[in-house]
Amino acid sequence: MSFVDAIFLFFAGLSAMAAIAIVFSKNVFRSALWLLVCLLSLAGLYVLSTAEFLAVAQILIYAGGILVILLFGIMLTTRISGKPLVVEHRHILSGALTAVALFVLLSLYLPGLTVEKNMLSPEPVSTLGLQLFSQYSLVFEIAGVLLLVALIGAAVIASELKSKT
Amino acid sequence: MPHLILVYLAAFLFCTGLLIVVIKRNAIMVLLGIELMFNAANLNLVAFNRINGPNLDGHIFALFVIIIAVCEAAVGLALILRIYRYYQSSTPDQFSELKG
Repeated sequence: MSFVDAIFLFFAGLSAMAAIAIVFSKNVFRSALWLLVCLLSLAGLYVLSTAEFLAVAQILIYAGGILVILLFGIMLTTRISGKPLVVEHRHILSGALTAVALFVLLSLYLPGLTVEKNMLSPEPVSTLGLQLFSQYSLVFEIAGVLLLVALIGAAVIASELKSKT
Repeated sequence: MPHLILVYLAAFLFCTGLLIVVIKRNAIMVLLGIELMFNAANLNLVAFNRINGPNLDGHIFALFVIIIAVCEAAVGLALILRIYRYYQSSTPDQFSELKG
């Protein structure tokens, strides 16, 4: 087993362990921090799969953006309610049954997958940029408009304006 | 061999996200589980992009998934904050009426 394989297995195990820790943690804040561990180790896996740009986007947007929004929401809601951040569990049996059944069902089909030889593009980042701004430029623009709409919508929803219409 | 590990890991993360969505009694934890499921989908896209050859459609699709996840998190948290102010509670079971 080479060094790269060892790092690969390390990141994979770390992300799986962090996901399990989210399930068993009863503190919302700690769960968010475990999610951060999971996201960062997934970024490491992306780097090892030659998806460097995606890894950087994962760290910047997920770990830097979404997680900060989540922590912000956790802090705001606890200041309002004033209660501790303990989360109770419900439907444990049915939830566990659903998850285990889905995992078994998925893993029945996984070993049949055959991945052909690696046909990696020589320059992944520049290829990605060229494709993004030529073939997918319309989708890119629509995604920008969608981000703007979501931002304005979130600001309007969360604002204190008494718009009783 | 590493691809199969990636795909198994993606399946595991998806099932864990589903479990979190089902069993947690907190709206923010439900959002957190949904983020985990998004990540599982992204991992699948990256893993299967190797079959596709030299063009990087899978990576681009994963990038757009990340963008949609940002929108979902922002709007979802704004809704959760608003609902907290009205109900003073975080349990999704108690949100039973639409008109505030």
